[in-house]
Amino acid sequence: MSVAPRWLTELREKGAARFAEVGFPTTRLEAWRFTDVRPIAETSFAHGVSRWTAHASTPPHVLVGDLAQAEGVAQAHLGRYADVSANPFTALATAFLEDVQVVSVPARTEVATPIRLSHRFEGTGAVMTTPRLLIVLGDQARATVIESHEDGGAEATFSNSVTEIVLGNGAELDYVRVQREGAAASHIATTQSHQGRDSVLRSTSIALGAGLSRHDLGAVLAGTGASLVLNGLSVLSGRQHVDYHTTIDHAQPHGESHELFNGVFDQHARGVFNGRIIVRPGAQRTDSKQTNNNLLLSGDARADSQPQLEIYADDVKCTHGATLGPLDATALFYLRSRGLSPQAAKSLLTYGFAADVLTRIANVPVRDDLDRAIRARLGVETRAAA
Amino acid sequence: MLEIKGLKATVTTDAKNEILKGLDLSVRAGEVHAIMGPNGSGKSTLAAVLAGHPAYTVTGGTVSYRGKDLLEMSPEDRAREGVFLAFQYPVAIRGITNSYFLRSALNAIRKHRGQEELDPLDFLQVLETKLKQIGWDDSFLNRAVNDGFSGGEKKRNEILQMAILEPTLAILDETDSGLDIDALKTVAEAVNALRRPDRATVVVTHYQRLLNYIVPDRVHVLAGGRIVKSGGKELALELEAKGYDWIKPEAVAV
Repeated sequence: MSVAPRWLTELREKGAARFAEVGFPTTRLEAWRFTDVRPIAETSFAHGVSRWTAHASTPPHVLVGDLAQAEGVAQAHLGRYADVSANPFTALATAFLEDVQVVSVPARTEVATPIRLSHRFEGTGAVMTTPRLLIVLGDQARATVIESHEDGGAEATFSNSVTEIVLGNGAELDYVRVQREGAAASHIATTQSHQGRDSVLRSTSIALGAGLSRHDLGAVLAGTGASLVLNGLSVLSGRQHVDYHTTIDHAQPHGESHELFNGVFDQHARGVFNGRIIVRPGAQRTDSKQTNNNLLLSGDARADSQPQLEIYADDVKCTHGATLGPLDATALFYLRSRGLSPQAAKSLLTYGFAADVLTRIANVPVRDDLDRAIRARLGVETRAAA
Repeated sequence: MLEIKGLKATVTTDAKNEILKGLDLSVRAGEVHAIMGPNGSGKSTLAAVLAGHPAYTVTGGTVSYRGKDLLEMSPEDRAREGVFLAFQYPVAIRGITNSYFLRSALNAIRKHRGQEELDPLDFLQVLETKLKQIGWDDSFLNRAVNDGFSGGEKKRNEILQMAILEPTLAILDETDSGLDIDALKTVAEAVNALRRPDRATVVVTHYQRLLNYIVPDRVHVLAGGRIVKSGGKELALELEAKGYDWIKPEAVAV
């Protein structure tokens, strides 16, 4: 754009000032202990060109557009939820804020067809982009949004993406984010959601690509009776690294959150999961369940899992559990005793482990697309029987 | 069909723990044999060893199945050659629907037999025919394999797998345990429906009551890792009346 509006310049300056103050995080910081971002910090990235492509078939008054088309909504919400002081990369992304994609659904409007937003690099070389997505659903609005970050080829790209999600009272959003960038890419993402009373957010984050990826998901259940399903699935191999940090903030009573993150790690791949759940004073009758399962397909694969519960209310139900290990020997034998080869048994069990997350996605065509992607990744050819 | 001679097996992780201590058993095509015995006698180990479970290591003896050396075969080859073990504790597999699992298993076996693999639609027809044959509905086909199934549902699911895979030698390991009388009858009827002159069934059980519904040709008592007594179906009733204790002195004398 030619001349940036004043509010945007101020927002960028705020991000730049914060980043100048803190710089890139190092592994000395607790939140970055397992993820070394020197490959990003020590590379001079050129300012890259990237593009959002939107496929949407929406009723009137639903807005799917860029900053110029949605400036009012952008000004009202951008930078309000993804706090620049919470994460150095959010500060950096805000300093370079551009490539903005906005989805805005007015109150009591239902978008039946999934809105598909795909982000892709253009050009070549070691480039940096900062894709920004804002999703705003008015009271009782309903939509499904698929955000995907596609393979930019063999280049050592760096994308630093921020997504902000705002749900009005009683709004319902199915949100799926798929990251399948190239193995040389570094991918940093922040997703911050803010839910009104009785709203429902079903969020699934899938990491298949990038050599180094880190995704911070923050969810604030700001209204009474808000409901959150937070799913994650990583399927990595080679020397890929993924780090999921999730923070679920139960700020009001009667909220519920169901969190399931499964990771499949083969060869030298590495996974990190840190799941923080905060139940604020007064957020009584909160019902929260967190599960993190890690499947290690090789002796060189590694996963670290850290739950962090901070409960300041007394009438709550909070559970968490984590598993870590190879495929179950008894299950492998069970499948072999039915005629499956050891390799087929292994693929099927691995696929089942991954598909367990996909079964929690409500939209059938979206789920089927992801199912195909996961099967392709794991070499499980046959289509699941209808 | 099945000829077991002097079979010895230990726990793989504990070579000193010998469970089968020279077991002999001969099963002919068309027959149903019941293996009974007290807890810890080696009944489930025998079933697991025949299926090739890696938790047990065979240390002696021979097992011939349709003239082939069964012990030389991998678990999957045993299944493809028609051996089926109904598990005492069927394993839950999350994320995989029952019908997908069944089709994968059937296709692995069909491929081995040189038959064409079935696509989902063809398979659905096979499935519906089988379900009708054993009088069950399709309620648990689209659920993940054994995941959240009740004890009875898991056992029924084993029998459904058996019906689909059409084994030549079926081994039922305590399929009756944990079943109420109605579920027991349903399972027994399904097993009886699959009886054929060219197939054999080995029923491993602790209790006699299943044998009211699946009438065996021979009953064997397994104790201390060996078959210590064999007889006709009346032996099961005798065991029910007298318990296993009266067998044991005889076992020592053998």
